[in-house]
Amino acid sequence: MSLWRQLTYGLRRLLDRSQADNDADEEVRQYFEESVAAWQARGLTAEDAKRAARLELGNMTVVREQVRSYGWENAVRTFASDLSYAVRQLRSHPGFATVSVLTLALGIGASTAIFSAVDPILFEPLPYPHASRILTIWNRYLGARYELSFGTYRELAQRSRSFESMTIFEPWQPALTGGVQPERLEGQGVSASFFHVLGVAPALGRDFQPSEDVLGGPKVVILSDRLWERLFHGDRGILGRPIRLDDDSFTVIGVMPRSFRDVLYSSADLWTPAQYDTRQITKDFSGPAWGNHLRMVGRLRSGVTRAQAIQELSQIAGTPWQDFPRPRWASLREGLIVDSLQDDIAHTVRPALLAVLGAVILVLTIACVNVINLLLARSAQRRGEFAVRAALGASKRRIVRQLITESLLLALLGGAFGLGVALAGVRVLIALSPPGLPRVDAITVDAVAFAFAFAITTLIGLVTGLIPALHVSREGVRPRLEQSSRRTAGGHAWTRGALVVTEVALALVLLVSAGLLQHSMRRLLGVDTGFNPAQLLTMEVQTSGHQFDDLLSAPGAGDNSRRRFFRQALEAVRQVPGVEQAAFTSLLPLSDDPSWVSTYGAHFENDEPQRGRNVFRYAVSPGYCRTMGIAILSGRCIDEHDTATALPAAVLSASLARSQFPGENPIGKRLHVGPDDRPWFIVVGVVGDVKQTSLAINEPDAVYLSTEQTWFADDTLSFVIRARGNAAALVPAVKAAVWSVDKDQPIVRVATMEGLMAITEAQRRFVLILFEAFGLIALVLAAVGLYGVLSGSVAERTREIGVRAALGATRRDLLALILGDGMRLTALGMTLGLLGAAAASRGIVSLLFGTSALDPASWLGMVALLGAIAVLACCVPAWRAATVDPAVTLRAE
Amino acid sequence: MPDPTTDVIQGTLDMLILKTLSLGPLHGFGIARRVEQVSRGVFKVNPGSLLTALQRLERAGWLDAEWRSTENSRRAKFYSLTRAGRRQLEIETAEWSRRAGAIGRLLRQEG
Repeated sequence: MSLWRQLTYGLRRLLDRSQADNDADEEVRQYFEESVAAWQARGLTAEDAKRAARLELGNMTVVREQVRSYGWENAVRTFASDLSYAVRQLRSHPGFATVSVLTLALGIGASTAIFSAVDPILFEPLPYPHASRILTIWNRYLGARYELSFGTYRELAQRSRSFESMTIFEPWQPALTGGVQPERLEGQGVSASFFHVLGVAPALGRDFQPSEDVLGGPKVVILSDRLWERLFHGDRGILGRPIRLDDDSFTVIGVMPRSFRDVLYSSADLWTPAQYDTRQITKDFSGPAWGNHLRMVGRLRSGVTRAQAIQELSQIAGTPWQDFPRPRWASLREGLIVDSLQDDIAHTVRPALLAVLGAVILVLTIACVNVINLLLARSAQRRGEFAVRAALGASKRRIVRQLITESLLLALLGGAFGLGVALAGVRVLIALSPPGLPRVDAITVDAVAFAFAFAITTLIGLVTGLIPALHVSREGVRPRLEQSSRRTAGGHAWTRGALVVTEVALALVLLVSAGLLQHSMRRLLGVDTGFNPAQLLTMEVQTSGHQFDDLLSAPGAGDNSRRRFFRQALEAVRQVPGVEQAAFTSLLPLSDDPSWVSTYGAHFENDEPQRGRNVFRYAVSPGYCRTMGIAILSGRCIDEHDTATALPAAVLSASLARSQFPGENPIGKRLHVGPDDRPWFIVVGVVGDVKQTSLAINEPDAVYLSTEQTWFADDTLSFVIRARGNAAALVPAVKAAVWSVDKDQPIVRVATMEGLMAITEAQRRFVLILFEAFGLIALVLAAVGLYGVLSGSVAERTREIGVRAALGATRRDLLALILGDGMRLTALGMTLGLLGAAAASRGIVSLLFGTSALDPASWLGMVALLGAIAVLACCVPAWRAATVDPAVTLRAE
Repeated sequence: MPDPTTDVIQGTLDMLILKTLSLGPLHGFGIARRVEQVSRGVFKVNPGSLLTALQRLERAGWLDAEWRSTENSRRAKFYSLTRAGRRQLEIETAEWSRRAGAIGRLLRQEG
C-alpha cells in the first residue's frame, strides 16, 4: 500500500513537477501567513508579526527546498539534470565526444569480437563430458602429423590399457538418391565406439553396436539433428526406416541431440560404421585396412595421465615386426603424435589466433591510453569551470557526482557502440574466417569479454575523470580561478606526453607486424604454382550407384564402368563451345581435397625393401599437363598411348626425379606406387613441380599415372577445363554435358582455380586483414593523441607564444617550436616501438612466408608511414601557433 | 535562564502528529500550534521538519491530504488520519508507553 503510494506520488510529482513545487510553495507560504496572523492576534503590529513569524520559520527558501526535495523522485531529478548537463557538455564539444566514443567503441568492440572468436577455439572446453580426457593419435611422418591405418588402430586398441575406448573416423560423402537431383551429404565412417569416445549418446534411437562394425554388417546410420529436421521434418517415426545412400539401403537407428557438435568434422550430418575387412589383416597388406587415411581419437580411463598414455603407445609403436606384423608404410618408425583433442584441432590456427589476440590487446591498450589522454586534456580545460561552480556553492560531492555522470555517459555511449561493433565484428570474423577454422559454429559474442572490456574502459574513464574534481576541492577555489587563464603548460603536460609516446610506440608495433604480414602475402601470391591458373574451371564429379560395384561374379566390371563414364563425360565436356582444353585428375592442386587420400608409398626398384617415400598420386587423363600448363621437362606426360593394355607409365615430378636419381636420367626406371604386387610402372617423363596443398608448402614429390592403368578406378575425379574466355560462364554448359552422359552422378564442387587459390591462402589473408585493420586503428588513434596533446599545449601556451612572437620570433620559429615538440614525442615513441616490434615480430615469425622478421622494407615503410602521419597531426596545431596574433593574445589577459 | 521550549524529542514527531490529527483534520500550522498548546509550550515544532514529516506520513499511507479553505477563507492543505494511520498511532503509543514506563522504572530505582 505505502509502496504503491510512494510510487504513484513520486511519479505524479515527476510528471507534473511545477504543480508539486507550487503545492510545496503554497503550503510553506500558508504556514507563514498563519503564523503572522497568530502573532498579530497576540497583539503584535503587522511588521513585528512578520518578523516574528520569519524568525520562527527560519529561512523560507531553505524550508521550501527541504519540502520540495523530499522523496525518491528528487534523486531521479538530480540525476536527470546531471545527465542533461552532461549531454549538453558533450554536444557542445562534438569533437571530443565523437573521438572519445569512437575510441571506446573500437577498443571495446574489437577486443570483444576477437576474444569471442578465439575463446571457443583455444580456451573454452569442448562440448563433451570430461573433454580433457579425449586425445588424438597420429602417425608421425617426417616429424609431422599423418593419418594412420585401420591395422594400426586395431593393434593400438587391442594392446593399450590406458584408454576407455578408441575410435577411428574418415570422411564419408554418400550421395542421397531418390530426390529430384542427386545430393551429396557430408558424413563420417566411424568405429562403433565413436560416440562413446566423445561421450554423447543419440537423443533418439540408439548408438552403434560392435556387431554392426564388421565387414558385411547391417547398413545403419545415425543422423544429425539438422539433417533429420531438413530431410524428415523431425519425424520420430524415421527410426528403423530405410534411406537410399549411394544406391544402398541404410536403416536409420538414431538421431543425435540438437546440441551435439562434431568438432572432428563440423559439417558431418550422418555417421555409419566403417566396416573394415579384418579377416586377412595380419597377412595381406594390400587392402584398404592398411591405407594411412584414418584419424583416431581415444578417451583416457579416469586416473590415467596423458604422459602414461603416450609412454604406453610409443611402447606399442616399437613392438617388433614379428609380434605386430605391419607393412612398410605403417612401420610407426617415427612413433606417434598424441595430443589433447582441444589442442589438436587448434594446432594449425593457434599461432595466428594468438597473434591476433595480442594485436587486439594492443588496440585495447591504445584505446585506453587515448581515453585517458582525452579526459586529461578535457579536464585541464575545465578547471576554471569547476572552480566557478565550487565558488558558487556546489559541494565537492555534487561536482564529483556530475563528473561521474559525465564519465558514465561517455562510457555507456562507448559501450553501446562497442556492442554494435562487437556484434558486427563477430559477423565479419565468421564471414572472413578461413575454411578449416575449427568450431566456427560456436562463435558468439562473449558476454564476459564484453563486460571485461567495458568495465576496464569505464573504470579508466571514471578515475581519469575524477582526478581534476578532487584537485578542485583539495586546493580550494582561488588559485584555480586565477589559473583559469593559464600562462604556462602545467604538470599534466608531462603525463600526457608520456601517454602519447606510449600510443606511438604501440601503434608502431602493430604497423610493423602488419607490414611484415603484408610483405609475406605479396611474396606468397608471387609464388610459382607450377601451372597456369588463369581461365581454369575445375569441377569435382563423383560416381555413385551399383553399376560401379565390383561383384565377385564380374571382377573389374565396376572399375570399367567408372572409367567409361569419366571418359564419356570428358568427351562431352570437350564438345562444349568455349572449352579450349579439358582433362581430369584424381587430385586437384590447391583444392581443399584432403591430400592424404591421394598420398601413397612409392617404392623404386633401387630402394631397399623396407624403404620408400610418400608421394602424391595423380591419376590423370591424357592432356592433363597440357590443360593445366604444367611444364614437361623431359620425356612426355601421360597421353593417349597409356591405355589399359599398354605398359604402365609413370611421370615423375622434377624434385622426385632429382632426389631419387641425382645426376641420372630417370626415364626407363621402374617403381611401385601403392601395392607392391602389381606390375612395375615405367618412368616415361619428368614434369615441373606443382604446389598441392598450399602456396606456402613445398611437397614436390609426385607421380602421375594414367587413370586407365592404376590399380583401382577413382570414384571421384576433378575435371580441369581451360576456357577461351570467362571460365565461370561455362559452368551450366559443362554441368549439362556431364549429366548428358548420366544424370544421376553428383557434381560436387565447381570453382575457378583462382577462387581455389584464394581459399587456400584464406587463413593468412584473415590474419593480414585483421592486422591491417588494427594497424589502421592504432595509426588513427596515435595521430589523434598527438594532435590532441599538441593542440592542448598550444592552447595553454597561447600567451607564451604571443610573447615570443612579440619579441620577434618568426612564423618559422614558432612552427619549428611546436613541430619540434611533436617530433620529439614521436621519435621517442618510435624508438620504444621499434624495440616492441622486434619482440612482436618474433611472435609472428611462424606466420611469415619468405619474409625475414627483420625485413628492412617492411620496417622502413611503416616507420615512414607513421612519421608522415605524425607530421600531419602536428602540423595543424603548429600552424595555429604560428598564426597567433601577439596583440590579441596579450590584450586578452 | 533555560529556554522554556525545547525541540520535539527525536523520533516522537510522527506520533505527536498522528495523535494531534486523531482529533480531527488540521493544516501544518494548526498541527504545530496544537502541539505547542497541548504541551503547554514545552515542545516547539520546527516547521521544516513538520512539513517534511507530513509528506513522509502521507506517502506511508497514514495520512490523507486535501486542499480546503480555512476559517479565514485561505486555501490550506488539510491532513487527516487514515485507518492505517490510526493503527500506526496505536502501535506507536503502545511502544512509547512501554519505553516511558521502562525509563520511569530505571529512574525510580534506588541507587
